[in-house]
Amino acid sequence: MGLTNQSTGSAGVPKDIVIESKNDKEKVIAIAGNPNVGKSTVFNSLTGLKQHTGNWPGKTVENAQGEYEHRGVKFRLVDIPGTYSLMANSVEEEVARDFICFGNADAVIVVMDATCIERNLNLVLQILEVTRNVVVCVNLMDEAKRKGIQVDIDELSLQLGVPVVGTSARSGEGLNELMDEVYNISCHGKLTFYVKTDYGEEIESAIKNIQEHISPIIGDKIDTRFLSLRLLDIDEKLRESLSSYIGEDILKNEDALNKIKEELDNIEKSGINKEEIRDVIVLKIVQKAEKIYKQVVKVNNKEYNSRDRKIDKILTSKKTGIPIMILLLMGIFWLTITGANYPSELIASGLFWLQDRLTDMFNYFNAPSWLHGILVLGMYRTLAWVVSVMLPPMAIFFPLFTLLEDVGYLPRVAFNMDKMFKKAHAHGKQALTM
Amino acid sequence: MREKNLSLDKLPIGEKCVVKRILSDGRLRRRMMDLGIVYGTEIEAIQSSPSGDPVAYGIRGAVIAIRSEDAKKIIIRM
Ligand SMILES: Nc1nc2c(ncn2[C@@H]2O[C@H](COP(=O)(O)OP(=O)(O)O)[C@@H](O)[C@H]2O)c(=O)[nH]1
Repeated sequence: MGLTNQSTGSAGVPKDIVIESKNDKEKVIAIAGNPNVGKSTVFNSLTGLKQHTGNWPGKTVENAQGEYEHRGVKFRLVDIPGTYSLMANSVEEEVARDFICFGNADAVIVVMDATCIERNLNLVLQILEVTRNVVVCVNLMDEAKRKGIQVDIDELSLQLGVPVVGTSARSGEGLNELMDEVYNISCHGKLTFYVKTDYGEEIESAIKNIQEHISPIIGDKIDTRFLSLRLLDIDEKLRESLSSYIGEDILKNEDALNKIKEELDNIEKSGINKEEIRDVIVLKIVQKAEKIYKQVVKVNNKEYNSRDRKIDKILTSKKTGIPIMILLLMGIFWLTITGANYPSELIASGLFWLQDRLTDMFNYFNAPSWLHGILVLGMYRTLAWVVSVMLPPMAIFFPLFTLLEDVGYLPRVAFNMDKMFKKAHAHGKQALTM
Repeated sequence: MREKNLSLDKLPIGEKCVVKRILSDGRLRRRMMDLGIVYGTEIEAIQSSPSGDPVAYGIRGAVIAIRSEDAKKIIIRM
């Protein structure tokens, strides 16, 4: 398939976004991570109000950028969609992969969930294959402590070969150190050693051979080990991104193409067929993550987990799950409606007192009564009603809802209600993480 | 020695198993693998939802809800 105009346009190599506002002094930092690890919290804490959002070029995926300054250097933080991997199984993963591979960031912050290190390592290891300018931020350290999960930050750093910082973004703990490490890596290019996932003899030898072949063509535009691996199981999207970034479709290069084919044949001869290559790649990464996890994490307090599970049981069991959910929601609505009455009245009486004063003023200036009608009785009064009726309930409802989200109740609701949602043809996620 | 091959949806709550194979392909397969479900992964059925579907599983320290239609495609050994 050739590249149509449309597909080039939607290849979405996001370097355009960055270059637009990039000057030489500004460092571009990508911030990546699994969903729900507190990435937005880190992003917001670092950038404060200096943010702007839009979409990634040609994609309906939100792109948020923000700025901050540290030790006199300006940093532009680019929020990458939260994903479990860079294998481009979804538009979000595609955007994430393209920016990390081709976005030319000076460094990548990968945010991890301290209570879920093993799964999070999957993404970290994949990103480390693309770039070594990585700072790992192990967030939710407070939560891990509460659960009796001990994360050896120094050991993790040793295992990964990049700086690792423990943070509790909600309370701001560790963020200064994080900015220090980002500064070190992006301004001084602090050298890190190379952690490699070993893909087994067959694939490794293919990588090495292809690498030798493409290095002269690619130069140092992209990590050639990573590219060689990807070429073994290339998809159309990556191909588009590659050709629009490197400016030449390496897969049109007869020589390279033959080499890849030859290596694929060799791998197949050793018993791994073409469809299985990606499985083997993912398997090896998962196994590597497991190995690192075992050296880095200790779970001291198994009891805490069992207490959490007991609570979960009550919140989601057949007998109590749904009644509790209904009671809770009713409670929230009750609080919202009755709780809002008092402030509503207060605001209303205040605003209507002001309306009388406005009327006095109009009378004082002998304003025509139609003007008073439009401005005061029409516009002002409507506004006053809307504000006094809407504001208090919203000021009560949204914080309560956020509280439910923060204590993690909402995923339980989704878990309880999944079957109903599905019957209503609201196709949710294939797997819900709790 | 009692070794049976089952699909994950048949795993009783509170029991543990080891993954042997993923039958699904395409995106679902990738998604499962990204969550760390590969050959040899230990999975525990933790909690069923009020309707019995989905079920929450303990996988590599995370709790993940999987629908029975998807769990059917994961072959396990108890
Ligand atoms: N206890 C605790 N909660 C956190 C921390 N960082 C973020 N959170 C909470 O975790 C939830 C998810 O955070 P969010 O930033 O939206 O995650 P994202 O999906 O990765 O962007 C929110 O309810 C946050 O308040 C932390 O360090 N400790």
